[in-house]
Amino acid sequence: MRASSIGYSIKQGIKNIRRNKMFSLASIGTIMACLFLFGVFYFVLANVQYMMKMAETSVGITVFFDEGIGEAKIKDIGTEIKTRKEISSMNYISAEEAWKKFQKEMYKDDKDLTEAFQGDNPLADSASYEIYLNDVSKQDNLVKFIEKIDGVRKVNSSEVTAKGLSSFNILVGYVSATIIIILISVAVFLISTTITMGISVRKDEIAIMKLIGATDFFIRAPFIVEGILIGFLGSLFPLVVLYFIYNKIIAYITVKYKFNVLSNFLTFLDVKDIFATLIPISILMGIGIGFFGSILTVRKHLRV
Amino acid sequence: MMNLNGEHDRETELPIIAFDKVSKTYSTGTKAITNLSLKINKGEFVFIVGSSGSGKSTLIKLLLKEIEPSEGNIFVNGKELTRLRRSQIPKHRRGIGVVFQDFRLLKDRNVFENVAFAQRVIQEPIRSIKRKVPSILAEVGLSEKMQVLPKQLSGGEQQRVALARALVNNPVILLADEPTGNLDPKNSWEIMNLLEEVNKKGTTVVIVTHNREIVDAMQKRVITMNKGVLISDETKGGYSYEG
Repeated sequence: MRASSIGYSIKQGIKNIRRNKMFSLASIGTIMACLFLFGVFYFVLANVQYMMKMAETSVGITVFFDEGIGEAKIKDIGTEIKTRKEISSMNYISAEEAWKKFQKEMYKDDKDLTEAFQGDNPLADSASYEIYLNDVSKQDNLVKFIEKIDGVRKVNSSEVTAKGLSSFNILVGYVSATIIIILISVAVFLISTTITMGISVRKDEIAIMKLIGATDFFIRAPFIVEGILIGFLGSLFPLVVLYFIYNKIIAYITVKYKFNVLSNFLTFLDVKDIFATLIPISILMGIGIGFFGSILTVRKHLRV
Repeated sequence: MMNLNGEHDRETELPIIAFDKVSKTYSTGTKAITNLSLKINKGEFVFIVGSSGSGKSTLIKLLLKEIEPSEGNIFVNGKELTRLRRSQIPKHRRGIGVVFQDFRLLKDRNVFENVAFAQRVIQEPIRSIKRKVPSILAEVGLSEKMQVLPKQLSGGEQQRVALARALVNNPVILLADEPTGNLDPKNSWEIMNLLEEVNKKGTTVVIVTHNREIVDAMQKRVITMNKGVLISDETKGGYSYEG
């Protein structure tokens, strides 16, 4: 296709939107609503996933052993645990290390308190494995597996957090997918109606084009451009609104749950990180909806 | 090919349009054309006459491949239309210029843009459009009215714009469906004279008309149809149909 023909198609596409203002605005509005909601769900999903990732690296499973168990047996237990695929890393913390860590965290620079214990280690039976998972949702299975190993006294895990985050994310995923699919269908339908209106307004022109020898592509291109433009315009506004409200929502949540038990897990993605992905996804979705809606219509109505 | 009398020899020359035992029955059961066979040679000037329902409009639609024949074969410019693929239809139509009784101009575009539209459709470069459109508008006598909208033109002028649009892509065939149907005698003759000029330059001209005066006066080949059947084909004929 020549550059002049591309220019012609774009010009006619813009003309179509202008001629058919009300329907075009309705289509743009629906795409806006669709992509705004998509943006909100994306915020939630991306942040929950981020929190889970943070939780996975900060919250692990701690495995303690039966009293008086030997180093060799502990090594055997370690080897058995390592066979599991869901483990991302595993550290052995000896009783001495556990005691030193405890001293450092609890007594800090208080030498008197430290010296009071002299050579005794009150955490003599606290050797442990610290295990970090690559998928929090698999924590439950892993804990059950480790508990059954001979020589394991206790397994500590943050069961509630892991399960809660994981199931919340799945729920948000399903709800958002359902709503977005419904909204996309409405948007595609509205774009299709808009394009059909445009075709009926220009039916004389299209009839002449066909008689003169215009190709299918040349006749269809302005309507596809129209769909793409509607989709593109519909994707811009929600991005601007979401950009300005994102930080405000985060600030609000952080203040509201400041002293809540959840506050430990409330770590949010930076606005730049989230928009680096959201901008291209939203624009592509908008253009995709417009393209799909218009191509369906022109294929149905415009044949040479 | 011309014979000794300066007329086209229909028997020996390879036709530019040929209908071979063509019939067309619409899905409603209406028989529009029955067993039609005719040949039109390159450079001929032909009138097709007949009353409403005689199959004239169906003939034009078949030539443009807007519809398919129910039976028989149609050849245009050496190609059998039933064998053309969908993607080849635009190229086929570019070889045929069409003029209608109701002009079919784009009301929101000026004279220049209406003619340029035909060139844009076949994706001619802008440079060529700027050169060709004024030249063809000069040929039909509309150089002074390039920036005027169709509604500001007389019927005759509008038909001349339509003619310029049909000719700008240099078609080998010009089809005119009742080109004088909406015009007064003076404008009708102006259009017919233009069509004769076009024909003299080598374009095959096929005119579907009811205009008895013009058909009788021009003494060209006349094909008469009635109820989808060819009833006469005269080399220098007149408007013989009385139905």
